[in-house]
Amino acid sequence: MTQDQSARIPVMQAVGLKKHYGHVVALDDADFELAQGEILAVVGDNGAGKSTLIKALTGAVIPDEGDVYLDGRKVHFKSPLNARLAGIETVYQELAVATQLNIAQNLYLGREVRKSGIAGTVFRQLDKKLMRNQAAEHMRNLGIRIQSINQKVETLSGGQRQAVAVARAAAWGRKVVVLDEPTAALGVRETGQVLDLIRRVKDQGLSVILISHSMPDVFAIADRIHIHRLGHRAAVVSPKSTSRSDVVAVMTGALEPEAVQSALIAPPRAA
Amino acid sequence: MPEPELASTAAGSDAGAAAAGPVPAVASVWSGSTLRELFSYPITGPLFALVVIVLVFSLTTSTFLNAGNLSLILQQSVVVGTLALGQTLVILVSGIDLANGAIMVLATVVIGSYAAHGDPVTALLLGLVVCVAAASLNGLAVTRFRLPPFIATLGMFTILTAAARLYSQSRSFPINSDLITVLGTGPSIGTITITYGSMLWIVLTIVLGYALTQSAWGVRVYAIGNSPIAARLNGINVNAMIFGVYGLAGVFYAFGAWQALGRTPIADPSGYQIANLDSITAVVIGGTSLFGGRGGVAGTFVGALIVVVLKNGLTQAGIDSLYQQIATGFLVMLAVGVDQFLGRGRRA
Repeated sequence: MTQDQSARIPVMQAVGLKKHYGHVVALDDADFELAQGEILAVVGDNGAGKSTLIKALTGAVIPDEGDVYLDGRKVHFKSPLNARLAGIETVYQELAVATQLNIAQNLYLGREVRKSGIAGTVFRQLDKKLMRNQAAEHMRNLGIRIQSINQKVETLSGGQRQAVAVARAAAWGRKVVVLDEPTAALGVRETGQVLDLIRRVKDQGLSVILISHSMPDVFAIADRIHIHRLGHRAAVVSPKSTSRSDVVAVMTGALEPEAVQSALIAPPRAA
Repeated sequence: MPEPELASTAAGSDAGAAAAGPVPAVASVWSGSTLRELFSYPITGPLFALVVIVLVFSLTTSTFLNAGNLSLILQQSVVVGTLALGQTLVILVSGIDLANGAIMVLATVVIGSYAAHGDPVTALLLGLVVCVAAASLNGLAVTRFRLPPFIATLGMFTILTAAARLYSQSRSFPINSDLITVLGTGPSIGTITITYGSMLWIVLTIVLGYALTQSAWGVRVYAIGNSPIAARLNGINVNAMIFGVYGLAGVFYAFGAWQALGRTPIADPSGYQIANLDSITAVVIGGTSLFGGRGGVAGTFVGALIVVVLKNGLTQAGIDSLYQQIATGFLVMLAVGVDQFLGRGRRA
């Protein structure tokens, strides 16, 4: 572990998360850490508890035990809305775009801006021009090229739609953007474009949690890899020092977590 | 870092011709996707249909095309047209309201029975309360109890139709109040009468059209009908919005009741039995999608006119009213068929 890494305070951290559904243990004393400005991939077999972990971090699930910290401060998210207000945006696996609305309307959905003055306060009129201009500028900053900000999302390809969803999260997430399988439904070329976009989101200073089944994607853009197994964190590794096959081996239990080089920032807790 | 080229993989899977750069203009004008685009703009199709129907009746009958008859058509449209405004809202959020006619009739009976002895303003306000309460019950059934809108409002339709007859003991109430019948009157020049009801219908259409296209509420109505999941994930309280939409539709049904008493100053519990279907017809012919999230009140305005022009014109041509119903039925099926065609691929 380098000096530089240990000096960083995790933007998000979780300690000892537990969640039971009846007899099923979805989270079993799970830890988590996300460094400022990194792309952290979360990988794990089906049923390892990845999605429960992410839900516990974003307020969609309230853990039975354990604590979540944001910028070193303990937080208690009661709903996804709490997490959003705290600066955490999530792009869900189901494409969360309204296809009949245009790109600008999608970026501002639920956060529409009204005109100033009487037009806005009394007549509730939207400031469409402002929203269009800002949406167009935001898309440009992220390097997403589209024909027109007024295009209905239904006219966009799958990759472009995903780009709109990611752009929306980047626009409103002040600290953390969570991406749940963002390339699962995409072809090779569009996958590459979305991965480029995720790098740009990181370049804007946001921290990214990337849940993915795709090892090529993970190794292409992740700074670190959180391997989840049996309801808790088995290991955190760097894609630079750990091979793809070793990551899969730890994921499936074929290899002991101690056998790979740890890329943890915080010192591991005493058991 | 290379620019991601998201734009170059444009526009859906089929027939990318329209999107891909300089295509000879002549060739592209009538290409499938251009035609599709033209007719997917909600109002073009209905307006085109209305013009064709008007032309046909103007050429085939001598009595259709004159100012008096045209102003009559407007008057004949107001009840269905006003109900259809509420229906449009409900259908935009992927619902349907089979009870709106029954709600309106119950309101007319309540207004009529109260106005027989009481103050007309109070009577109208009672009508409003009845409409909003009944429409909100629809909303409650759909959101809180998760009933399919078709079933929930079918139940309400049956219940309220019977309730109106029980309440009135199947009697009709003649209306003697000028205020309650005012919407059937208005300034006239010769054979043309533009009733206050016609004006009200136009104003209500404009107000609702403004709200749907210019406000955040409107954007959210479309978003909910288009993709309730996306709306919810963006922090919109979908159930509260849908409940509100049903309740607001009730306000339009109340205006419909007032319009109905202006048209015919008798509150008849067995009147307007297929007003619900007529209103759905107007909405669908007007280009609003039964899938939700697509369409609008301008189309509904035209749709209501089409329904009435068809009836009026066929009457002028001396054709039996049963054939009129057959014609309307075909038109609905055609409109829904077009909607299905346009809807293909949008639900991917």
